[in-house]
Amino acid sequence: MVIGGLAALIFTSTGWPDVKETFFSAQAFRTSFPDILDGFWLDVKMFLAVEVIVLILGLVIALIRTSRLPALFPIRLLAAVYCDLFRGVPVILLVYLFGFGIPALQLAGVPTDPIILACFALSLAYSAYVAEVYRAGIASVHQAQTDAALATGLTPLQALRFVVLPQAIRRVRPPLLNDFISLQKDVALVSVLGIQEAFRIAQIDSQSTFNYTPLIAAALLYLAVTIPMARVLDHITARGEVNA
Amino acid sequence: MSAPVLEITGVTKSFGDRPVLDGIDLAVDEHQAVALIGASGSGKSTLLRCIDLLVEIDDGDIFLDGEVITDPSVDPVAVRRRLGFVFQAFNLFPHMTALENVVLGAVRAQKVGRPEAGERGRDLLQRFGLAGREDDRPDQLSGGQQQRVALARAFAGRPRALLLDEVTSALDPELVGEVLEVVRDLKQEGVTMIIATHEMSFAREVADTVAFLDQGRIVERDTPDRVLDDPQQPETRQFLRRLLEAGRV
Repeated sequence: MVIGGLAALIFTSTGWPDVKETFFSAQAFRTSFPDILDGFWLDVKMFLAVEVIVLILGLVIALIRTSRLPALFPIRLLAAVYCDLFRGVPVILLVYLFGFGIPALQLAGVPTDPIILACFALSLAYSAYVAEVYRAGIASVHQAQTDAALATGLTPLQALRFVVLPQAIRRVRPPLLNDFISLQKDVALVSVLGIQEAFRIAQIDSQSTFNYTPLIAAALLYLAVTIPMARVLDHITARGEVNA
Repeated sequence: MSAPVLEITGVTKSFGDRPVLDGIDLAVDEHQAVALIGASGSGKSTLLRCIDLLVEIDDGDIFLDGEVITDPSVDPVAVRRRLGFVFQAFNLFPHMTALENVVLGAVRAQKVGRPEAGERGRDLLQRFGLAGREDDRPDQLSGGQQQRVALARAFAGRPRALLLDEVTSALDPELVGEVLEVVRDLKQEGVTMIIATHEMSFAREVADTVAFLDQGRIVERDTPDRVLDDPQQPETRQFLRRLLEAGRV
């Protein structure tokens, strides 16, 4: 009802024919879509690479932060500072700083490819988020489980590996996937470095033709990835509720 | 006469300012079962956790087969592999099946091959009345079944001694019997054990020695009949009288 009403309001508005032409032009869609799709593969590749790094780096940082070994205290402090810093700075700012700052240093052996630097910035930003998600999961596994694992004769490391982490990761799968949906969208931020990915190409197209349809085309491509991910998330969450 | 399997001398433990164990001396000979009785908070659980090195003691010594295990140079993992512990709340691993719970220690700690460990695990579950439940997860099992899986897990490594921490306290009354049946069975096989318990009739039946703990000290220790029928210490008498009034004996 509400949606129908809104649709009616939009489609009968005086501006609708113009909006239809500038945002939903079939002609503009057809001409711009192949290039945008090409650019979108770069988004997907960057997303996959960053996701793998984030899953591993986030876990390592979470393990450092939850460890109680006194010897690790300095590294633990460093990990806490890292999480605070990289969660507290807007991702777009990090992409800028890494993409323009690092090449400006002119260090030998440090990559200057903006795609790599952008992935680096995204990885560091998202690892800080994901580390906190893992950390919450690890903390949610009761100490009694560690006691039982140790009593069974496992080493502390084995207790973590076979008893605590499997339970922790199972519990944080929904928030993890949620962060990955965010990441999939935030990959578009690398366009500020001039990288020719879907959003950037759509932006250039729309600015040269004064037609915004390419942006809609890019939006549809993002949705084509994020909506299935959201359904997987629903599925996992529902199953978790049944098990609990 | 060989050394006792477990020997505890002058063990103390405080949590902050609160003393929980206040100079415990206790020896458990091979094939013997010692029942620890006493009110909640008297230190029974803490003593068992100290023996399994899950809690660090402040002072005193604990010996396993004549070797000190509470020295900082001793590897606690190696000690725990020679002991079995059963928790009041079962503490099964919820992401594993009953059989996986039982074989985890064998596969990861004792480095037994999976087929052999699996076979031994199945035999043990069958012996404890859990045939057919091998592939069930803990949440598909009743409390009594879970605790029997936990007993199988603790016993799978053929420990030198079993430490049982109020293994029936979290169970519905009608499920207590099936768990005690397993403990009885293990005792008949000659397994050395220390049993912290509130079940006085069970302590009388299974234990060779009953030790009464009060405020972190062993106040009285003797055969079950003597401690339970003719207690010498006023604290023991008071404790047993309270149980009697509560209808627990």
